[in-house]
Amino acid sequence: MTTQASSAPAPRERSRAARILTRRGFPLWSWLWFILGALYFILPLYATLDFSLRMERDTIGLKAYSAAFADPVFARTFGYSVLLAVVTILVSILLVVPTAYWIRLRLPEARRIVEFITLLPFVIPAIILVFGMIRIYSSPVNLPFTDIRLLAPLTTSRLGTNALIVAGYIVLGLPYMYRSVDTGMRTVDVRTLTEAAQSLGANWATIMVRVVLPNVRTALLSGALLTFAIVVGEVVLASYLGLPTFGPYLFLLGQHRAYEPAALTFTTFLLTWAAMGIIQLVTGGQGQVAGAH
Amino acid sequence: MAFLSIQHATKSFGQAAAVEDFNLEIERGELVSFLGPSGCGKTTTLRMVAGFEVPTSGRIELNGVNITNQAPNQRNVGMVFQAYALFPNMTVADNVGFGLKVGKKPKDEIQKRTAEMLGLIRMPQLGDRYPYQLSGGQQQRVALARALAIQPQVLLLDEPLSALDAKIRVELRSEIRRIQQTLGITTIYVTHDQEEALSISDRIVVMSAGRIEQVGTPFDIYNFPKTAFVASFVGTLNQLRCTVVDAGQGKLSFDGQTFTATAPIRAAAGASVIAALRPEELHFGQFDGENQLTGKVEAVTFLGGIVRIRMVLGQSQITLDALNERKLTLPKVGDMQLVSFPPHACWVMADS
Repeated sequence: MTTQASSAPAPRERSRAARILTRRGFPLWSWLWFILGALYFILPLYATLDFSLRMERDTIGLKAYSAAFADPVFARTFGYSVLLAVVTILVSILLVVPTAYWIRLRLPEARRIVEFITLLPFVIPAIILVFGMIRIYSSPVNLPFTDIRLLAPLTTSRLGTNALIVAGYIVLGLPYMYRSVDTGMRTVDVRTLTEAAQSLGANWATIMVRVVLPNVRTALLSGALLTFAIVVGEVVLASYLGLPTFGPYLFLLGQHRAYEPAALTFTTFLLTWAAMGIIQLVTGGQGQVAGAH
Repeated sequence: MAFLSIQHATKSFGQAAAVEDFNLEIERGELVSFLGPSGCGKTTTLRMVAGFEVPTSGRIELNGVNITNQAPNQRNVGMVFQAYALFPNMTVADNVGFGLKVGKKPKDEIQKRTAEMLGLIRMPQLGDRYPYQLSGGQQQRVALARALAIQPQVLLLDEPLSALDAKIRVELRSEIRRIQQTLGITTIYVTHDQEEALSISDRIVVMSAGRIEQVGTPFDIYNFPKTAFVASFVGTLNQLRCTVVDAGQGKLSFDGQTFTATAPIRAAAGASVIAALRPEELHFGQFDGENQLTGKVEAVTFLGGIVRIRMVLGQSQITLDALNERKLTLPKVGDMQLVSFPPHACWVMADS
């Protein structure tokens, strides 16, 4: 093969940069927009990081981090939020997977309605959700038109309030959880897989455990990650229900201190990305999926 | 009593009937194809045998047992899907062994049977692969092995080759037939591809609009179609609107030319009927004892093994297939040509 580029006559040579930019097919504008978009996200993050490292005058150091971690309230609130997140994720999965599965399998006509319901948290602000919850569950719940008591007031007990906040978090995470699970099920054509398993003699429990769950694992993990991120950073529900979670702590800290909140914000950001990395590691070995579509 | 018997099976979805009064007896070891255009009810019928649909009315018996309302996982029926439906999270070997594992068979038996099945589909080395590492044809072989591993009473194939390339399709269909005959397994094969149905089946059930049009061997279905639908759906068919001249003698008149069809014709003299002719039974030139019609060549398409020639005869278009030969001189578009055919090649169809 001959290399034509190297034998090009000298007068027609232009600067390397000009050649790259004007080369046919180089998506100059796409790159420009991409870089602008990336800067929009990266600059504030960089500013936070930079700020969090400057607690001591004229030096770069981790003092803000050590100060923030040293506060026992940080560990307590963060641990509590993580626990709430885990419970939220587990209950969400128990609620969403069978629902999405059944709709795919038997009730495709209900999908629009359910999708609409899962989008409601985008339309109804969290503050309205929490006021509604407090209004209904701060007094006993009776069977309509009777005096038969169904539920004691939830907001008066710690367990009841915890149950309320988990329920609220499930609602907030629903759009992400339902959509990712539903998409996952569509990708693997869960309906045909179910029929294949049935014809091979499998019962519902076997199908759920051996066929459905393993094949929507990636979707579950990404739904779980988003739910985790929402729960750990959530402020409104927790402060109105009066629970000592990480969100209100960070908010409070931000009103009294300058550097520590920046350090904690950056830390939670890193933790979230670490979780994403773990998902990549766990699921990376499994390239997707049956090639029939 | 037949091995698999479908009696008066009807399936409606809301008001619309997908399958109406379907009756069929299938003998042990037979391969029967359900052939028809999409929406004719062939897949619905298959799914009733599999248990994925429950008939609105009617009865299905397998080996003397009424399975009409039995759950799919109780039927011991193997199913192969158009979309392969391999479990993406399992290796080939685990896919093949899935039914046995679910059936709580001992580990060494599962291993032995899986190896046997992989041998049968000629993929003994690929047990450790994942489905996404296989080609479409290989995936469908694995799906076949998986369905057969549980030693089902009946094997059901739902358009198994539709998602594959033409060449793989032809290869795999003879492979399916070979395996089916080796195991002697009773099989229902759903397809909309007539060539597939003709080449693979012991018997074909041609369906249209939820009803059976005709049941017969491939030879009978092609050569002696009982309805206009079967005649035109299976193979290419020339149809000439003619006037009956002499019903007893089989004499017909077409565009001022008279010729003889299979006698007798069940129509009165002067009636307008449709005469049917297969393209391969027509040939150029003049032959003793044969009918002759004159027409104009409109298009010549060289297909390799055969040459397809479209001609205009009066108001009608006909297609003629000539076998390719190296000494063949292709007719030219616009040429007037004499077309011949023996009287037995032409039959009069019931007007529908």
